[in-house]
Amino acid sequence: MTCPVTIRIQEDDFDIAREISVLTSSRTDIGAVVTFSGICRADDDSAKVAALTLEHYPGMAEEEIRRHADEAVSRWPLNGITVIHRVGRLMPGQNIVLVVTASQHRQAAFQAAEFLMDYLKTSAPFWKKEESATGTGWVEAHARDDEAATRWTKS
Amino acid sequence: MKVKYFAWVRERVGKAEETIEPPASVRTVEELIAWLSGQSEAYAYAFEKPKVIRAAIDRAHVKQDAAIAGAREIAFFPPMTGG
Repeated sequence: MTCPVTIRIQEDDFDIAREISVLTSSRTDIGAVVTFSGICRADDDSAKVAALTLEHYPGMAEEEIRRHADEAVSRWPLNGITVIHRVGRLMPGQNIVLVVTASQHRQAAFQAAEFLMDYLKTSAPFWKKEESATGTGWVEAHARDDEAATRWTKS
Repeated sequence: MKVKYFAWVRERVGKAEETIEPPASVRTVEELIAWLSGQSEAYAYAFEKPKVIRAAIDRAHVKQDAAIAGAREIAFFPPMTGG
């Protein structure tokens, strides 16, 4: 089974329909595609967010996502993975991240997408800086994200 | 070796990257953090809570007890908040 893996880090927006068709066109073995998009949210726990600035570690960010994509390929029968993460300044309502997983059946596609997102949150080197009416500050990591990632740890 | 800083660690140190030559007695990531902290107030501020700091050697996550011998690039950053 071939599983093309595409990882991109870019300032530009992405087109979800286009990314699905890149994975599915000219093949007939795919029965399920799952997409997850993360979107810049205005309402955070406290103040209204005016903008987010995404910083990343060039080189390591791509490599870290690829390590987890490779692990997903080894754990589930997948026919394609695309991960796109945007960097730079983003406004509420704008796309931040896209994960697309393709498989013969839905279960593998759902699980692999969740697995990839859980690790994107906790181990891919990206950092968010938040601008709001009360000032500018770095977003703090959540323990709940670490807990979400640990459920995939093989015992 | 080359050292890179990201997010608020970069802001506190005041630079994104630099080349450093720590003494041979500095053997681990933890010891490098302690050595850097002694270099100036900016480093001391960046590393004031050393246990919070995450590190990577040659673009792979490491724990703070990792040896730095042979490292080409060491990065320091806060816990990640992407996705």
